[in-house]
Amino acid sequence: MTTRIDTRFAALRQEGRAALVTFVTAGDPDLATSLDILKALPAAGADVIEIGMPFTDPMADGPAIQASGLRALKGGQTMRRTLGLVADFRKGDSTTPLILMGYYNPIYIYGVDAFLRDAKAAGVDGLIVVDLPPEEDGELCLPALKAGLNFIRLATPTTDDKRLPAVLANTSGFVYYVSITGITGAATPDSGRVGAAVARIKAHTHLPVAVGFGVRDAASAAAIAAIADGVVVGSAIVEAVRGSLVEGEASAKTIPAVTNMVADLARGVRGAAHALAT
Amino acid sequence: MTKIAKQNSFRNGPDERGHFGIFGGRFVAETLMPLVLSLEEAYETAKADPAYQAELDHFLKHYAGRPSPLYFAERLTERLGGAKIYFKREELNHTGSHKINNVMGQILLARRMGKKRIIAETGAGQHGVATATACARFGLECIVYMGAVDVERQKPNVFRMKMLGAEVRPVQSGARTLKDAMNEALRDWVTNVADTFYCIGTAAGPHPYPAMVRDFQSVIGNETREQMMAAEGRLPDSLIACIGGGSNAIGLFHPFLDDPSVEIYGVEAAGHGLDVPDGHAASLSGGRPGVLHGNRTYLLMNDDGQINEGHSISAGLDYPGIGPEHSWLKETGRATYISATDKEALAAFQLCSQLEGIIPALEPAHAIAGAMRLAPEKSSDHLMVLNLSGRGDKDIFTVAEYLGGM
Repeated sequence: MTTRIDTRFAALRQEGRAALVTFVTAGDPDLATSLDILKALPAAGADVIEIGMPFTDPMADGPAIQASGLRALKGGQTMRRTLGLVADFRKGDSTTPLILMGYYNPIYIYGVDAFLRDAKAAGVDGLIVVDLPPEEDGELCLPALKAGLNFIRLATPTTDDKRLPAVLANTSGFVYYVSITGITGAATPDSGRVGAAVARIKAHTHLPVAVGFGVRDAASAAAIAAIADGVVVGSAIVEAVRGSLVEGEASAKTIPAVTNMVADLARGVRGAAHALAT
Repeated sequence: MTKIAKQNSFRNGPDERGHFGIFGGRFVAETLMPLVLSLEEAYETAKADPAYQAELDHFLKHYAGRPSPLYFAERLTERLGGAKIYFKREELNHTGSHKINNVMGQILLARRMGKKRIIAETGAGQHGVATATACARFGLECIVYMGAVDVERQKPNVFRMKMLGAEVRPVQSGARTLKDAMNEALRDWVTNVADTFYCIGTAAGPHPYPAMVRDFQSVIGNETREQMMAAEGRLPDSLIACIGGGSNAIGLFHPFLDDPSVEIYGVEAAGHGLDVPDGHAASLSGGRPGVLHGNRTYLLMNDDGQINEGHSISAGLDYPGIGPEHSWLKETGRATYISATDKEALAAFQLCSQLEGIIPALEPAHAIAGAMRLAPEKSSDHLMVLNLSGRGDKDIFTVAEYLGGM
């Protein structure tokens, strides 16, 4: 199967540049604004979009994404609404790859089969589920592959060569390399070390490797874009959302805050690609 | 020749992937997966090493004060007018609860693994105090995550931990209680992978924790078995223990799971009542299976899979989940799970203090409340063992407040 994710990474490879993968939380700060944010992302420079499925207990996330999820939940966000959001986005955009990212429990409670069916129908291309390591592949990963969705696995600095083949075995779309041991939004990664890790992963797979955790501005995005196939940014974007709120509500500044941030990141990513190509 | 029926055992779990039936498992981020696997390997090696077992036995005896007595609660028995009630006196252990049994096992394991930095989560503070104690004894750095709400309502334990040299980090995220403390401890572990050992306080979390913590706590049931044989010449007829995460309960229950004559009762915290939304912490009675903190188990949650906060007067019981082996014991029917409200626990707290001269912690006060309901229905030759898992000094202010002042 070929998904929008495969198509997009292949096209960018032709262009000779890395993908900018942007993360926003579904329903943050509210459902309508969140749809407007999604719609504005591709034009601002996002190549791939990750949509966070909010969860009360995001164990791998730092304060920025925790707070973003809680804003969404407070606004009444549910899994059904998140899938509706994807469907609404798809009405106006049939090419930008969409990935749902989150934790297993809300999916498990929705029902794995129902979730995969509804996600596919809504226009989702791939899934990242933080608390499902390869040891639990029977839960969602294998059914997702069967349903025609990519299951994108995280590889981390603790994933050694012995373990890497197991991590990559059922991974598709791309490999998400978590550049640091830590939670989202923490320290900026050391690009030398990240480069070595990306090379190590690429020795085991033909899949593109995107790198995330700790990328927060054009400069750090550029540094990663020079050594990886994709740059994932999350905390910095949801922080831009937070910074635009007035008394907890979306304001006229909210959409521009996000698009300015994403445009800046895109400049970093595209500039780096140019440097790499020449 | 007919096939010999295979003996069914309730004591063989979990399987090699950490599953008790559908429960348990290893639902953790990839960063933690290699750590969880290496912990499992280290634990399996240690378990088979007589030197490790001897060291653990030594510290349990000379430092923690084991064995804990099995005590005939004569006046409570008389008052309730039914089963003959014995208390397993876990509150007499060093640090005042059963928590030290597990902590000693894990800290000795951490030392074998060369880990110098210990992190823990705590609710009521009993596990935090036990961890801080063992870390002081072995000169290890100790960081305890505790919900900011719990820091407020369990001040004496916060002070004890600090006195023992631990750093207590109040957790401000989420509802600022035990589940959030566990989230924050997991975030710490994911960040400090090289030197840190996560000492989980209950029989929950990713495999191997539920099995490992159970093994360490099984000293409770093993001693009870011997002590009851010595006292009465036979096995008890029933066991009863309170359940938060469920480590004191599984420790008492596990050695008896394959003795079908022994009835097993777990008592969950019914808070304001099972019919009050968000008003209780009874995951088995009022929740359903889901995935949180590394394992599949019964959880309190809403229809969208978002975790609810538990409520209980006892800070050690208001956790929205439960150890996965209890979920399995419920589904198989081997154990029976009942609940007691805040009010019933408070009444039990007072009754035990007044009749036996033992101030129980609010957690085992729930078990006493359960016994107050069950014991009168039993005959006088029914032997009931109640796990008195902790002492109540930490709770006297909470109780005084509920009762309207001293």
